[in-house]
Amino acid sequence: MDGGADKEHCFVVEARMALPNEYFAGRTGSRFLTALRDEKRILGVRCPSCGMTFVPPREYCERCWSKIAENWVELEKEGEIVAHTVVRYEDRHLPKKPPYILALIQLKGADTPFPHIVEGVDPAYVFPGMAVRAVFAKVPVNTLMGIDHFEPL
Amino acid sequence: MKKKRVAVCAVSQRRNESDLWYERFQGMLLDLLEDLRKQAGFHFEEEGGVDMVVSCSDDIFDARTISDGGVTDVLGAHFRAEEKIAQEGLNAVAYGASVILSGHADLVLVMGHCKESQGESRNRITNLGFDPFYGRAVGLDFTNTCALQARQYMTSSNVSDRDLAGVVARARRCGGNNPFANARQPVDPGKVMASPMLCDPIRRLHAWPVSDGAVGMLLASEERAGEFTDKPVWITGFSNCMDSYFLGDRNLVGNFALRKAAGRACARAGIANPAEAFDVVELTDAFAYQQPLWLEGLGLCGEGRGGEFLREGGPGKCGVNPSGGMLCGNPMMIAGLYRAAESVLQLRGEAGKRQVKGASCALAHSSSGPAGQFQSVLILEA
Ligand SMILES: [Zn+2]
Repeated sequence: MDGGADKEHCFVVEARMALPNEYFAGRTGSRFLTALRDEKRILGVRCPSCGMTFVPPREYCERCWSKIAENWVELEKEGEIVAHTVVRYEDRHLPKKPPYILALIQLKGADTPFPHIVEGVDPAYVFPGMAVRAVFAKVPVNTLMGIDHFEPL
Repeated sequence: MKKKRVAVCAVSQRRNESDLWYERFQGMLLDLLEDLRKQAGFHFEEEGGVDMVVSCSDDIFDARTISDGGVTDVLGAHFRAEEKIAQEGLNAVAYGASVILSGHADLVLVMGHCKESQGESRNRITNLGFDPFYGRAVGLDFTNTCALQARQYMTSSNVSDRDLAGVVARARRCGGNNPFANARQPVDPGKVMASPMLCDPIRRLHAWPVSDGAVGMLLASEERAGEFTDKPVWITGFSNCMDSYFLGDRNLVGNFALRKAAGRACARAGIANPAEAFDVVELTDAFAYQQPLWLEGLGLCGEGRGGEFLREGGPGKCGVNPSGGMLCGNPMMIAGLYRAAESVLQLRGEAGKRQVKGASCALAHSSSGPAGQFQSVLILEA
């Protein structure tokens, strides 16, 4: 079909989609994000029945459906790398210039890791279990990028 | 009471290509619809015509909201039940089948489309699949989240870079037999291993090529299937399962969602031993590492045995992806729909050079979301 297709007078319209918008972080998310931004504290929530500590925080434990939103615990700013990759392509949605390290990082005191960026180490020397600490953003940021990146201890 | 059954009566696929800039998705769908009508001879009259049309598309890929609104007219979806699946297309088949099983419809058209080439970057599109404060902000997309999974999996199942090159080379060999595949040129394993890293350990040639395409299908109740085909293919099992939202909450190599989906689909189809049941297994392998990982999840290969399984030639022996699979190029959103269409052709004995001889039971799989968060399994029988 491709070879025989009529490609004359075929006009392709260049368009773009962009719409500034607002997005409520939720009450639990609001507390987490503002504590990160204003106090440089990383908060998790603990499920009293499972004993699991989750970060990012959420209102309900998905394992046992307990409401856990108010069981805040402060996590340490240090943890370890659980998994990692090196992002080598460039794109506008990426917060850093490639190549950079993206890793799952589990903080001390948390039972779940979350994805973030690691700097200050050659990717060839990154290994599971590597100890890292959070480096906070120098200016207020309203997202998880309130932690600018992690660096080796 | 006798269990109701649903038949796939006809399938039609648009050949996948990297940039169909000169075709509208409406036009691709119309071609498929005409082809399906020629095969099955259905009509759109109130009495005895198509009861319902289920389309499958994605708003961001189509660059408009309510993307089904752009195709209702060409699909004949006016004046009848019109539905859209904004999810992996295999679920559109299940949706159509469930409406037939409910007794509300006898004849359902399932029509999916996606042109990945329309967007400047599919990674930027999948970045929008995350919330704005935790996932999107950190730059997550389906490529880099899959890379996190890939490295963990290659370690836990002893899969090497060479093994993955073999997966790609075999996929391309199979794709060469499939006139609907996008990448049909053979590729040497050495060339795969020399292709640049995209996101370690995923190389450029480990990733499916950007693809445009469309798939259509006619489903009918058992009572009416005979009006449309002499070779009905029966849907005997389906299930899907969604794993946890947060990447860190999941065991990325444990196949939690796929095991659930496959277990339920097999139970429905009365299959006790999945390792022995299927002549054809059409897998959605967006990245090479996913092929052995999903085979573990389906129980075709022991847990942690993926590397060994590849080196023993397991995928070939198990009838995995005679079509070449997603590694030869399908658009996101409808890769699973292509898997189902290919499975149907196999069970009808109409798969040409890629035909698995005497195939009578097939599994079509789809995976979507970051690192395979959402898994679906459809079982089809001749
Ligand atoms: Zn709990």
